[in-house]
Amino acid sequence: MIPALGLLVGLAAGLFLHPVVPLALQPYLPIAVIAALDAVFGGVRAVLDGIFNDKVFVVSFLSNVVVAAFIVFLGDQLGVGSQLSTGVVVVLGIRIFSNVASIRRHVFRA
Amino acid sequence: MLMARPRATKANALAALLAILLGFAVATQVRQNQSLGLESLRQSDLLTILDDATLRSSRLDQNARELQATRDQLVSGSTSGAAAVRAAQERLDALGILAGTARAHGPGIRMTIGDPGGKVTPPVLLDAIQELRDAGAEAIQVNNVRIVASSHFSQGASGIEIDGRSVTQPYAIAAIGDPATMSSAMEIPGGLSENVRQIGATIDIAQEKELTVGALHPLSEPRYARPVPPSAPTTP
Repeated sequence: MIPALGLLVGLAAGLFLHPVVPLALQPYLPIAVIAALDAVFGGVRAVLDGIFNDKVFVVSFLSNVVVAAFIVFLGDQLGVGSQLSTGVVVVLGIRIFSNVASIRRHVFRA
Repeated sequence: MLMARPRATKANALAALLAILLGFAVATQVRQNQSLGLESLRQSDLLTILDDATLRSSRLDQNARELQATRDQLVSGSTSGAAAVRAAQERLDALGILAGTARAHGPGIRMTIGDPGGKVTPPVLLDAIQELRDAGAEAIQVNNVRIVASSHFSQGASGIEIDGRSVTQPYAIAAIGDPATMSSAMEIPGGLSENVRQIGATIDIAQEKELTVGALHPLSEPRYARPVPPSAPTTP
């Protein structure tokens, strides 16, 4: 509940404060957001499975974000930026889908 | 997400912090994507967009060129249409003057042949007309009869008839053309003036800067003659 409220607070803050993203970080922000979403869904699934560990959640959140951004950055330097970015997005999408499926099974018993 | 009750534990606080960050990042990214399209993209994406824009601009250039050509065609078509109309109007005017269906005005001479003794015959008048034409007269009338290509002079019961209409002396001839040429043509030795005086009539010529040939000749359709089509070979 509190994290959900926290999410709403963060959304509101982002909408009202008009922050400007630093130019260097701009290409990586979307990937970071997707990676963070993946970690969040994984955390929710862990809660529903009853195996939630806050340390695991925080570490997975941060490492997801950092690794995804790093992979895309590396791809840009190597010249395969768009392909690697596509790959990362696909993998994260698959993981999000599988976590959401688990959550759905818990919530709707279906 | 069905939790028992919100508790202020370290886990909750940490999760809340991360959630705040996530919400912040999502909102920022969405806003970024909406407002600044190009600056957040990578080089390859920008190249694709540039290629797209170049292609579209070249297509629009071609469109613009085609439309320009069409517009030029229409403009020139309209002016050539106006030129054609002007040419047709000029032709109409010229033919009208020749056929006697249009009044004419311009410089010319007024010639009056007085014939109290009735000595003037149709050939004399015909001669006058021929001499005037030879001197470049473009529109001629005798009294109130317009002289055209088909005009014929005959001797009627009461006098000279032109196109079947009676004309009586004094014969007032108005001719439009170059006044000096026409009057000097009348006065040449052995010319019209001499002939008229020899048969006992009087002739009086006055040059005018501006006179009107107002008599009209009724237009009649030819009954036998037909125009030859332009593409058919003409028989000798």
